[in-house]
Amino acid sequence: MHIVDGALSTEVVVAGAVLAVAGISYGLRKIDIDAMPRVAMMSAVFFVASLIHVPVGPSSAHLIVNGLAGLMLGWAVFPAIFIGLLLQAVFFGFGGITVLGVNTINIALPAVLMWWLVSPFLARAEGKSVLLAGFVAGSGAIALSSMMVGLSLAASGQEFVPTAKLVVMSHIPLMVVEGALTAATVHLVKKVRPVMLAPVGSLRSAA
Amino acid sequence: MIGATTVLMPSRSNSVLSRIDPRFRILAALTLIITAVSFSSWQPLAMLVLTAVIFTGFAKPDWPRTLKMVLAMDGFILVMLLMLPFTVPGQVMFTFWGFDASYQGLFQAVLIALKANAAILVLIALVGGMDAILLGRGLQGIYVPAKLVTLFMFTIRYIDLLRREYLRLRVAMRARAFVARNNRHSWRSFGYLLGMLLVRSHDRSERILWAMKCRAYHGHMHFGSLPRFSPQDYLFASALILFTAALIGLEVACPPLI
Repeated sequence: MHIVDGALSTEVVVAGAVLAVAGISYGLRKIDIDAMPRVAMMSAVFFVASLIHVPVGPSSAHLIVNGLAGLMLGWAVFPAIFIGLLLQAVFFGFGGITVLGVNTINIALPAVLMWWLVSPFLARAEGKSVLLAGFVAGSGAIALSSMMVGLSLAASGQEFVPTAKLVVMSHIPLMVVEGALTAATVHLVKKVRPVMLAPVGSLRSAA
Repeated sequence: MIGATTVLMPSRSNSVLSRIDPRFRILAALTLIITAVSFSSWQPLAMLVLTAVIFTGFAKPDWPRTLKMVLAMDGFILVMLLMLPFTVPGQVMFTFWGFDASYQGLFQAVLIALKANAAILVLIALVGGMDAILLGRGLQGIYVPAKLVTLFMFTIRYIDLLRREYLRLRVAMRARAFVARNNRHSWRSFGYLLGMLLVRSHDRSERILWAMKCRAYHGHMHFGSLPRFSPQDYLFASALILFTAALIGLEVACPPLI
């Protein structure tokens, strides 16, 4: 899912950075003082989730769970994912610095889209349809993310088109796994702390 | 996987670079990486890689960890690099299973590999030795919004906490003979694991909020002010500008690879 420094063309990098700055500043405005610890906790959860490896097919993959992040954070997912990626780039060397913007957009935009599409439905859903909503959010976010990674590669040059196809193809098993996993998580959270899935954009303290 | 705990470890390196102001180091890393990414000949990139390796050596890093980091990144892009000679049209170098490999593609792969390695090495040499607090202060010093820096500091604080919680829950799962496999039961269990992690962290963040409010929290992190710039900071900055100018000169002088 990460693109490294130097692979993308300048236009794509700059466009990604501009969009990411816009998304992050809008997301930051949605976080009020009371929500700060909660958003930070969530972004830490998603950072830790990216260290969890689950078996997928013959190998294993680490979780991305951006669909779930979107459902919980709404627009605040932009700064949360940006921070996760920054930490990964600086401390683990995954992903690059100049492509931080592109990577943030590729992961956070599908998350916001899934939040916008799924959470009004999820708020009313009960029983089996909760699982369905979770599955759609989880697998849809991965599908969109991998397509956006593919697109940003393809936009950088014709020669990357086969790589882009490979990226999308290799994420299909992960879509299923993340979908199932997100469904289970949403099911549990909805039962235990339904307030965490509040469909309103504002993240006012929900104690 | 490298433990997330290392995120919080204070830097112990006492190299020349660690005495430079964090603001200068972050800006220097940014300048060098952005310059490097826009190069199109290999000579300045190779020079940058070499210089970054030397500076990393000066910083006396944790060698196994650094090496693992660089190799992991290279392994990650290997597939893309191997595909490039076959997908870029151009002068045929050799044919493999009916696919033509072109020189142009090979050159592009070499360039991308050099750029990616230069970027990661510059980052390790200049920013890698910083601990999280110093990095946060440096980011605030270069006018990254206070809210974002606060979120950054809080996140770092919680990562270690949550990782321990995660390991605790995994032990509980193992005690009940859970083995991760490729089936719905495993995925559901992982889903519940993540859900429990979220629920617990949510409750914990509420408690933290109340505790912080009692201590007059009003929205952002307070850092001790950074020291004034010293002569060696300015020396570092001018050396960096000269070095970048030299790299750009080399780029202009050398023919582009593709």
